[in-house]
Parts: sequence; structure tokens; C-alpha cells
Amino acid sequence: MTSTIFSERPTMGLVSPPEQIDALDPSISPDTPLSSATILPRRPGPLAVPQQRRAIRGLSRDDLLMLGGAAVSSISTTILIFGRLTPLDGRFGMVVVGFFIFVAVYGVLVSLTENRPTVVDRVTTVFLAGAALIAIAALFSVVVYTLWRGHDALWRSNTYTKDLSETLPQDGLGKGGVSHAIVGTLIIAGLSVLITVPLGVACAVYLNEKRTRAAGFVRTVVTAMTALPSIVAGLLIFATWIVILGFQRSGLAASIAVSIVMLPIIIRAADVVLRLVPGNMREAAAALGAPQWRTVWHVVLPTARSGLMTSVILGVARGVGETAPILLTAGFTASMNVNPFKDPMVTLPLVAFKLVGSPLPAQKARGFAAAAVLMVLVLLLFMLARTLGGRPVGQLSKRQARRAAARSIEDLRRVEARHNTPEQAPVNAAKSSGVT
Amino acid sequence: MTAVTTTMPRVADAGAPAQKPRNLASKRGFGDRVFDRMTSVSGLVVLVMMLAVGLFLAIEAKQALGKAGWSFFTVAEWETGSNHFGIAAILLGTVVVAVVAVVVAVPIALGAALFITEIVPTWLRSTLIALVDLMAAVPSVVYGLWGLFLLQGQVIGISRWLNTWFGWIPIFSVNGADPDNPLSSQTVYSASVFIAGLVVAMMVMPIACVVMRQVFSQVPIGEREGAYALGSTRWGMIRVVALPFARGGIIGGTMLGLGRALGETIAVALILSPRNLITLHILEAGGNTVSSHIATRYAEEQGFGLSALFAAGLVLFGVTLFINFTASWFISRSRSGASSEA
Repeated sequence: MTSTIFSERPTMGLVSPPEQIDALDPSISPDTPLSSATILPRRPGPLAVPQQRRAIRGLSRDDLLMLGGAAVSSISTTILIFGRLTPLDGRFGMVVVGFFIFVAVYGVLVSLTENRPTVVDRVTTVFLAGAALIAIAALFSVVVYTLWRGHDALWRSNTYTKDLSETLPQDGLGKGGVSHAIVGTLIIAGLSVLITVPLGVACAVYLNEKRTRAAGFVRTVVTAMTALPSIVAGLLIFATWIVILGFQRSGLAASIAVSIVMLPIIIRAADVVLRLVPGNMREAAAALGAPQWRTVWHVVLPTARSGLMTSVILGVARGVGETAPILLTAGFTASMNVNPFKDPMVTLPLVAFKLVGSPLPAQKARGFAAAAVLMVLVLLLFMLARTLGGRPVGQLSKRQARRAAARSIEDLRRVEARHNTPEQAPVNAAKSSGVT
Repeated sequence: MTAVTTTMPRVADAGAPAQKPRNLASKRGFGDRVFDRMTSVSGLVVLVMMLAVGLFLAIEAKQALGKAGWSFFTVAEWETGSNHFGIAAILLGTVVVAVVAVVVAVPIALGAALFITEIVPTWLRSTLIALVDLMAAVPSVVYGLWGLFLLQGQVIGISRWLNTWFGWIPIFSVNGADPDNPLSSQTVYSASVFIAGLVVAMMVMPIACVVMRQVFSQVPIGEREGAYALGSTRWGMIRVVALPFARGGIIGGTMLGLGRALGETIAVALILSPRNLITLHILEAGGNTVSSHIATRYAEEQGFGLSALFAAGLVLFGVTLFINFTASWFISRSRSGASSEA
């Protein structure tokens, strides 16, 4: 086992240069019997070759040449195989074959100069990078494809200002739009946020501040509810709210269904973020005499603000993109409806889902337009989450740090001003020092 | 220096009153009592909401489950009118889609997580993390459209290739396919469980990746450096230090992804053409899952039929619940456990 994981010439880490080993007293070797006298190693004389600092990170010229050579070789071999030698076709197959040829060539190139563990290390690194590359490529493909299919509609103003009530299915993209779905998405997502965020954050605070068995039970139930498939949540609201209670399908029904899906997600995300608030900050607040609610309000929540913001916004993004529960509860409409309590309402994902099933190319294009608008909305929310949050708990942005510093300077000034007032100083000192 | 004498404190006389420990509990002020009340109420509201959801689900499903009995798990057809219905086919379809998704997604998630934590230079790391997070935020309907209109065209070639060369393995065989005839129609390979699984894999990947990445980032620095100090290569360090340390997280992340894959609705409903048949031929056109079955049937069912759909939903919920709890059990049991997310 050791032979496969340990390199004799490690690519990272420390290696004693051979010159120094040579410089040791040659009379000392493992075979020499130890005498009681201490033998000092002789100091090495001036080195024949000046030592050069080894680069321990980054890619060396050799690495780059090997990678480049392997890439060129694999590309040309793949083209040769697919173009001349065999009747294979398919872009996907080409990429796969090309990747494996690249790995093989690169492995051989590395093995010319390096030992086996190093070759294994380099080849697995290529595989890991390949996995990450697949993920990133898939993401870009999804985002770019959606935006590209919908780009026609994205630049038309009627997409954002008109609804589909007066549009015939065969009309081109110049007529009609998805404004009703945009409004519906915002209303349903907004209502869900109004329900879930205060409740969710309060519940997360409860889970963190009360370490009782009841809190443990709530946490278990919330964890269990993250497993609830969103379609089942939709079915539940459909059966109770609409079938049994006899209400209409409406934006409110949809936002209740979405809230059931979002609530456990937000609670769990907020719970994790709050748990990361360092205990010494709470203790510091308690030591200064703050009651618990002040500790939570002035220390815990501001410390975790960035993370909370991120979890909330990502929960919103999830709610905006949710289709299954809305399909069952919001109904479908072609016209604008801004009242969530009455009449069906429609959201972007639902429009996309319904319209792409249509055989008419114009309807299909509209479906993609809705998907593209939705994608843009999610991207915007995501960027918002990154700019507002994305910082580890307790780490401040430059501006926050400046403001905190300014506040504490102000506090210092205030305290000093109070203590240095000539007449009051003795009184204060006597008061604060108490009986002694 | 002056001499220092140590004075021993005198032990209290036996006759003195015994000291009692001071009561440390402090009286909570008005603000704190309001705070207690408010947080407890919010916890209670959430608890009641969630329990109500579970309870309603059970009540709604009871009627159909009571009537169908155990045949609910063995019948493949769905004819609620003639009381001949069951989830054998759709539950199997759900599991197969989820398994395909996990088999595809987990190696990618593991590789990406290792790449992000161990290999990539620091300046690129946060960008990659953000991209993976963005992948989790992309709506499922967008993945569905992508799978239906872009991926399917690419994957049919692979399906045909798999069927041609590995058709003798039962899961890769396709009824009605004729690999020897190059002009035969390719529609037998479209709308298959395999394609649906690939699309769901794209949604599962970021979820599994996030858990794995968190666990890898908790590998103790001392153990890493120990491995390097012994002359290990980076891969050697990953193999003997990072992977064993993160084993629980890897299993947990995988199962969390599986839980998500089981509940996925819209993307699957877009791609699969509904067909209730007990089959393991993943490359064949058609199939069904519990959630897409609910999404396509809810409007036609009333009363008893709706109850049957609830029963299907309840079973799906039960399976997902079991998998999620197993996942968190694995994660909390692992060395990296306590502080991780799931």
C-alpha cells in the first residue's frame, strides 16, 4: 500500500537537497556503532551549485508542456478516429473518446519522467478536474440554452407588458407576453416569503436558543418535512383547500402550498447558519448583562445576517422556480390577475411547462420565453444573494467593518467624555467602584 | 525578599450552618419573557403545521389504502373506478429514475467536491462554489426543457450504442429496437427512464456536492500535513486521509440526493411518456414515477381516486423520509458529523 501512495520524489512538501546529505560526516552511517562522544556534523562548505528555490505550487513548464502535448495529441487522434478510421459519429462520443485518449497520453508522458505514485496522482487529478468540468459545462449548457431559445422574446418589450388574453395560439412573438405570469410569480413568491421568512427565522432562533427536548422534537419534525415531495404538498392543498373547503384555485392557495415546501428548507438553512455563531459572542453579551432577547437581536442575528440573507434568498429562488405544487393549486389563466385571493393565477414555470407541450411553434417559443425570463429572475436573485451574503458567519464586509469601527470609536469617546467631566468624575468613580 | 508565610484558611467549625449552593437561576425580565413566548409560539406553529400536513396525508390516504390493502403494492395498473389500482409500476419507475440519477450524479459530485476543496487554486474556489450553488437554484422546469429539447437528441445516440453492444444485459435491452437496421426509427429510445434519470442527475449533483464539499473542508489540517510530511502525493493524501474521514458525509450526501431525486416531478413529467408497466428496461420509451403520476392524474380523479393518489403520495413521502433520516444518521455518525449541515 505504501508504495502506491507515497512518492519517492514528492511533488509537494519538503525534500532535503542531496548536497546537504552528502555534506554530513561520512563516518556516520547507520552501521557505525554509537560512541558516547557527540560528533558534530561538519558544516557544509560553500555549495558548488547555488541552491534554487523549488516551486512547490502552480504548474511548472514541464507540466504545461505535458498537458498541452496530451491535449493536442488527443484532439488530433480523436479527429482521425472519427473522421477517417471508423464510421463513428456523435459529438458526445467524440468528447468521451477524446477525454480518455487525453488521459492515456498524459499518463504516458508523465511516466517518462516521474515514478508510479506521481503518475497515479496526476491522472486522478485529471479525472477530478474532468468531473468538475462536466458539472460546469452542464450548468452553462442549461443556462445558455434556455436564454438562447428565449432571447428573441427577452428583447421584446411586449413580453413584459402584455398578457396572453388577446393572443391567438398561432400569433408570433410580436403579440402577447408573459406579464401576467411575471406578476403571478412575484405575488405568489412574495406571499410565501411573507409567511415563511418571519416564521422560519423565528423557529430557527427557537431551535437554537432553547435546547429543550421540545425543540429537539420540532427539529426532527422539520427535518422530516424537508422530505415531503413538493407535488404531495400541492396535492394536500388541492384536496383540503379546494376540494373539501370549496375555495377557488387562487394565488393564495398556491402560496400556501409553496410555503409548506419552503418553510422546512428555510428553517434548516437558518438553523445551520445560527449554529455557526461563535458561543463566545453570546457569552460576551451575557457577561455584559444583556438579557437573552437583546443578545439574539443585537448579537446573534446581526452576526449571522449575511448567511441568513443567503439562505432566505436561495429559499425564495426555490419558491420562484417551484412548479409542481402551483400546477395543482393556482389553476391556469391567460389574463392578468393581481388579486391572489380570487381567480386563478399563473406563474412563469407553469406557463413554460404548459406551453412547450403545444405542437405550435409560436406557443413553444412563448414557453421558452417564459423559461428564459424565469432563468433571468433566478440569476438576479442568485447574484443578489452573492452580493448581500455569501460571507462566513461573523466576517464583515469592508463597509460593515468600517461602520463597526466608527461605532466603537464613538462609544469610546462617549465613555471617556463621561469619565473626564471634572465635577462628575469623582462621583462616578465612587458610584462605579461600589462599596470598596 | 521578604519571607512569605502561607496562612491556611481555617476549616469551618462543625457547628456552623452548612453552606447551600447558591441558586444560579436568574429572574427573566419582561423582554425575555416576551421573547420566550414568541419563539415558542413560532416553534409550536411550525410543529402544528407540519404535523397537520402529515396527519391530513394519512387521513386522506386511509380510505384507498384500506380498500386496496396489500394489493396496492403489487398491482401495476391504475383503474380506481374498478378498484384495480396499485403503485407497483410507478414506485419501481420512481426508484429506477432515482437510481440512474444517483449513479450518474454521485461520481461527478464527488469529483467536483474533491476538485473544489483539494485541487483548485484559492482564487477560483469561491467562483466554483457559487456555480455549484447556482446549479441547485436553477428551477426544475428549466432542467426539464433542457433535457427534453437538447439532451434527448444527444443521448439517443448513446442509448442506441448501449443497446447495440450491451443489449444482452437485461436493463439495456429495448423491445422493438433493431440495432442491425441503421435506418430504424430512433423513437423507441426517446422519452425513456434513462434520459429522465440523466436530467434528474443534474439536479441531484449540486445537492450531493454541497454536502461532500463541506465534509472535505473539515478534514483536519494536521492529518493532511501528516500525510504530506510522510511524502504522500496529493492523491495519496486524498485516499488515506480525506476519503476515509469523509465517508459518512459521502454516503449521507448521496442519500440526500436520492431523496431529492425520488420527489422530482416536473422535469420527469416533461420527459417521460406515461406508461404504467413493470419493467427495468431503462432505455425504452415510456415509464412513470409516483410524482409525475400525481401531476398528470390529479385533475381526473375525484373522491376515492384522489384518496388513491394520496396513498401513492404517502408511500413516496415514507420512502423519502426513511432515506433522509438514514442520510442524516450517516452524516451525524461520521467523524466529521456534528457540525455539518444535514
